[in-house]
Amino acid sequence: MTTMLLHRVGVWRAFGPAALALLTGLLLLSAFLTLAGYDTMTALAALWDGAAGSRYAIFSATLVRAIPLLLLGLAFAVGARAGGFNIGMEGQFAAGAIAATWSGLLVGDLPPPVAVTVVLLSGGLAGAAWMLVPVAMRLRFGVTEVITTLLLNFVAEATVSWMVAGPLQEASGGYPQSDPVAVAARLPRLLPDARLHAGLLLALLLAALLWVAFRRTGWGFRLRAVGAGPTAASTVGGIAPLRVLAGALILSGALAGLGGAVEVSGVSFALYQQLSPGYGFTAIAVALLGRLHPGGIVLAALFFGGLEAGAGAMQRDAGVPAVAVQVVQAVVLLTLVILARRTR
Amino acid sequence: MIDLELAVAFGAATVRVATPLAFAALGETLVQRSGIINLGIEGAMLAGALGAAVGAMIGGPLAGVMVASLVGVVVATVFAAVVVSARADQIITGTAVTLGSIGLTGVVARQYFGSGGAGLDLPTLAPMAIPGLAKLPLVGPVFFVQSPITYLVYCLIPILAWLLFGTRFGLQLRATGESAPSARAMGVRTARVQWIAILLGGLLAGLAGATLVLAQVGTFTEKMTAGRGFIAIAIVVLGRWQPWGVASAALLFGGATALQYLFQASDSRIPYQFFLALPYLLALAALALAYGRARSPAGLGKVE
Amino acid sequence: MLTLSRISKRFGATIALDDVSLDVAAGEVHALLGENGAGKSTLMAIAAGLLRPDHGTVQHATDASGAAIRVALVHQHFTAIPALSVAENVALAAHWRETGWRAEQRAAELIARLGLPLDPAARVESLPVQLRQRLEIVKALATDARVLLLDEPTAVLAPREVTGLLTMVREFAARGGAVVLITHKLTEAIAVADRITVLRRGTVTLTGAVADVTVTSLSRAMIGGDLTSALPRQVRGGDVRVTLDPVWSADPSADARPLAFRAGEIVGIAAIDGNGQRSLLRTIGGVASAPGVTVNGPVKFIPEDRTTEALIGDFTLVENLLLGTPAARRHWIDWRAARADTAALMDAWDVRAGDPDVPAAALSGGNQQKFVMARALADSPAVIVAEDPTRGLDVKASAAIHARLRAAADGGAAVIVHAADLDEVRALADRLLVMVAGRLTELPRDTPRDLVGDAMLGLAVGTPG
Repeated sequence: MTTMLLHRVGVWRAFGPAALALLTGLLLLSAFLTLAGYDTMTALAALWDGAAGSRYAIFSATLVRAIPLLLLGLAFAVGARAGGFNIGMEGQFAAGAIAATWSGLLVGDLPPPVAVTVVLLSGGLAGAAWMLVPVAMRLRFGVTEVITTLLLNFVAEATVSWMVAGPLQEASGGYPQSDPVAVAARLPRLLPDARLHAGLLLALLLAALLWVAFRRTGWGFRLRAVGAGPTAASTVGGIAPLRVLAGALILSGALAGLGGAVEVSGVSFALYQQLSPGYGFTAIAVALLGRLHPGGIVLAALFFGGLEAGAGAMQRDAGVPAVAVQVVQAVVLLTLVILARRTR
Repeated sequence: MIDLELAVAFGAATVRVATPLAFAALGETLVQRSGIINLGIEGAMLAGALGAAVGAMIGGPLAGVMVASLVGVVVATVFAAVVVSARADQIITGTAVTLGSIGLTGVVARQYFGSGGAGLDLPTLAPMAIPGLAKLPLVGPVFFVQSPITYLVYCLIPILAWLLFGTRFGLQLRATGESAPSARAMGVRTARVQWIAILLGGLLAGLAGATLVLAQVGTFTEKMTAGRGFIAIAIVVLGRWQPWGVASAALLFGGATALQYLFQASDSRIPYQFFLALPYLLALAALALAYGRARSPAGLGKVE
Repeated sequence: MLTLSRISKRFGATIALDDVSLDVAAGEVHALLGENGAGKSTLMAIAAGLLRPDHGTVQHATDASGAAIRVALVHQHFTAIPALSVAENVALAAHWRETGWRAEQRAAELIARLGLPLDPAARVESLPVQLRQRLEIVKALATDARVLLLDEPTAVLAPREVTGLLTMVREFAARGGAVVLITHKLTEAIAVADRITVLRRGTVTLTGAVADVTVTSLSRAMIGGDLTSALPRQVRGGDVRVTLDPVWSADPSADARPLAFRAGEIVGIAAIDGNGQRSLLRTIGGVASAPGVTVNGPVKFIPEDRTTEALIGDFTLVENLLLGTPAARRHWIDWRAARADTAALMDAWDVRAGDPDVPAAALSGGNQQKFVMARALADSPAVIVAEDPTRGLDVKASAAIHARLRAAADGGAAVIVHAADLDEVRALADRLLVMVAGRLTELPRDTPRDLVGDAMLGLAVGTPG
């Protein structure tokens, strides 16, 4: 696909918009920081150090944050390729995290591979289930999934808040958080002295599977056809667009839920509020920056993982609030969406 | 008599909570009538809230309201430039504008108020009884002992209805929303119409943010709009794109949120998080019921 | 009233208009003839001030007060907004200050003056197609325009309605207005115009008073040569491929036999928009379901809108080929085979695109339609349903499509075709059916055009004998 894409549209159209978007984002961030009175060079240096300046930065920060971004970026891409906008990944992530925590507290007696599988599957199923309401409303009433998935984010937030203060609150009852999940339910670490966990391999495997699925399978072809031209897909392709879209959205929810489960099983080991620092939205930028292509999403997830990791360092070392990187995300999105229009 | 007092308190709280929703939703009604769906009003509302807090600290509540409207318009300008002038995808753009607003307000708020956040000593718009009307039984204390900015919403509803259905601009706006190409063929400058609608929508979202800070919460906190802008979009659908309908739908959502206060007054066993989620669940139910019953503007969300 | 002199206009590399002059005087109807793509619409857009010419001038006469007279363009496609009322649409188009009931009143006066049966308060979506057409003209006249540019106004009308429209046009001219009537139908031009100008590929190939031209000279000027009309086909009725239950038949008698379409036949269905032909064609074509339709054997459907229904613009030709073939329903996709198939089809059908990996949107309309036909006919379906298969194509491209449809019928397919243009249906069909309000009536193939037109309006047909 990539070679074909290059063949067809040239190097600029494959990489140009992404590069331009990133550059614009970073430039505007610098300008904004300067205007707001920060020491921009110190801030950017801290950003770089936090993202890629050390072994710790790479293997315990950037890559660890890239994992949920990759899973959620793939989730968004599956929906978007079929013409659906899943803006509720934050909610499905939370649903997956709740289910993973719940099952993770119960599977202590199982052998680790089985326990981890159960935990991850329950997270994926919960994410898919969280998507059922938007899908049903789309099929039954024609309500766009954009608004319904968005609204369910807030319901998920309230649900987590209830869980950590109620059914899943730690036994000691001190803080609004759950007890840690069983050791058997945790994803193994990949390196002895770093936080990087096996979730990376799972996410990369899923990216590869989706790459093949989009390009080589009839399922992927039908998905793309429904996204690119639903009327033609049904008229001459005999495809039922809504059914394909529904399937894609549910898979999207499952991937986002899996993202939440991987975060619990690999990083946090427990449920608490604000488990995701907005991964569900950052991942939209990841997916679009990766041009909805699994390979591109891997690269984009690495970049945004670095940005998230660097943001923490920037706040610590230069006093710049971490939310500032959301400005970069916004600018990247805006630039991409404008360029997409121009090059069409 | 205690029950009546409770009912009045609940009613007044409903109106108070509904006010920012009504501002945002009325603005979004105009925007959607012009064929555009603006998810960025959440961001405009948040930026307006910060603007109101900063403005009020410097120059009092009135300055807060002015700064908030101005900031709302600025945020809307970004959205309009990308969506109308560059003709980019509305959903992604709206999402990006909201994300950017969260980032910018976060940084500016910390820069301005320090890490402790805005204090609770902001000058606010206190409730003001309207002589005569406030004396009406039940209706008086519910509707006419409110913050002055709420009275602005009361005026806004008929003005918007007149603008949409009684003016040439309103006709052009509705025509643009139904079919921009046809409207253009009939000499309507559709891009200009959409720009105006989006900027007005941004102004009203800014006012919604101001209401939130100056008449409801009394301070600014990060992400304080908490999806009210998105709820406003559901309100527009439930209100069938009609100003009076939208205002009534806003009242319904105000009621759902105000249930929390009722709950606090009683000793229910229902976890309070249920009431946090209730407006969003109600929005979902409303969408399911209202969608398809009333016709949306035919050109809504279309990128040309 | 309006003078266009020495107009030239190019879009990128294509020359749309080259040194074209045209004028129209008060009281005159000037017909502008030409094939699709000849430059008629571009010229009218320039006349209406919507486009700027690269060279040349547009001059308007002035009225008594010295102001330039108004020119109004009536688009080929309706621009009235369905969800708004008649009065709202008129007010919008004419930039009236009035809104609401005052606009309704003013529209009512205007409509009464024109003698039309239009209700100003009615929503446009509730109007039948001929009234929507009239509304387009009302919208133009509401601006007090003295020059009316009508772009293919008769394309969607039945013959009898066309007569009504042309009468209205003559009346407007008789009151001192000037009309430019764009059409590609020779008979219409000769019937209504005082002068005729023919455009071909952006240049004027003929201009003169109606008395000085003949159908032959006009058609030669339009196409640049005589088109040999296809010989009547030898029809050998084969097996029954499509059966329609009596519910589809306009014949009220209880023993009405089902309609049968056979292999080797081209069945033409003539109908005005909205008479149920869409549902019938799509049911036979297998993309909709209505009762009482039986189809034997594999069927291919060629939808009317090739850019949204037949093709995915962003997809390559290879991908578009896959879309219309059973390969897309398999588990794995063999791109190498698909690309080879595409290249072979492009070769066989002379689809000019350069490369099978080009997006479909990059092709010209004629090449797109050839590709769509190639894909549909590739595996020799038993039944072919074509909905307006030459829409927007020029004469040569249309002729190529017709030839392919005939060849498919010769090859043993049952072909069912509908076209917006009655003449096209008549030219193609071995059997002619008229559809009114969801019911079909079969007419003899040689029924005169006017009688077919009456039948399309649901008027009684006096069948000879």
